[in-house]
Amino acid sequence: MTTVTLNGEPRELSTGATVESAVRELGADGRGVAVALDGEVVPRAEWATTEVREGQRVEVLRAVQGGR
Amino acid sequence: MLEIAGRGFESRLILGTGGFRNLGVMAEAARESGAELATVAMRRVDPSARGSIVEVLEEAGLEILPNTAGCFTAREAVTTAKLAREALSTDWVKLEVIGDDRTLLPDPAELLEAAETLVADGFTVLPYTSDDPILARRLEDAGCAAVMPLGSPIGSGMGINNLYNLRLIIEAAAVPVILDAGIGTASDAALAMEAGCDGILLASAISRAADPPAMARAMRKAVEAGLEARSAGRIPRRHYARASSPEEGLAELEEGEREDHLPDAGAAPTPR
Repeated sequence: MTTVTLNGEPRELSTGATVESAVRELGADGRGVAVALDGEVVPRAEWATTEVREGQRVEVLRAVQGGR
Repeated sequence: MLEIAGRGFESRLILGTGGFRNLGVMAEAARESGAELATVAMRRVDPSARGSIVEVLEEAGLEILPNTAGCFTAREAVTTAKLAREALSTDWVKLEVIGDDRTLLPDPAELLEAAETLVADGFTVLPYTSDDPILARRLEDAGCAAVMPLGSPIGSGMGINNLYNLRLIIEAAAVPVILDAGIGTASDAALAMEAGCDGILLASAISRAADPPAMARAMRKAVEAGLEARSAGRIPRRHYARASSPEEGLAELEEGEREDHLPDAGAAPTPR
């Protein structure tokens, strides 16, 4: 297992987990969603091939109400 | 027509989506406001959240303008803009880099750095800035597509605190000047447009009003009225009254010579 910080919470992912599986872990379907891995944007085309390693911070964001 | 980075918008009102009770009220207010652009913020996915703001706004006919609200450094803001570009397929960004939580005033150094970085990366950058004319000029020089000075602090509803500075920004800018933050009620929006702003961004004044759709309608009219009043050319201010009915042909209804009705002349104040 790999322990990562997913949207601020510690999570156990299976070894070899990718950004894509991390997004799915959160129950997000991926539409309108963007991911930063240790503060760097991971383009959607690379989600399936980008492995999430022990101790990394994964932020999965989407648009919400905001502004003024 | 408001033109930003070569794109034309019929409406000069940009709607922030913060503070609405729910997406239904937001959509109704959005329609009433006539806005064509609406800001959204980027936050962590919440699996329990219902409804998609993007779908609701698009259904109401608005385009999405992501912001970088909540960012305190250039680095955070740049990353947030890139995440928004990924998530929403737009390279437009309403750039905000805040200096402190109490005033929510922009951090000028971080803001300028973020603007330069994002412009170099191909973004169309619309920066929330203070009412400092020099910072506005620096942002324009950095390649920003508009400058968005505050009227007063975000959510304060104080209106325009420094009309003089705002006018200096308007005079100097070759890009659109969009008043961003501080609007409390319709007259504030009208005043900003009369002063020469190209557009207004607001949310709280509508979203936290007792009747958001009605206030959205009022804001739409205020923006249109202010713009029309500006192009109509207002009368100069005078210190004393100027009669609007003719003095010629007045009836003599009392005996004797008609007198001047002037107050006892002291030192007459100089007209402003």
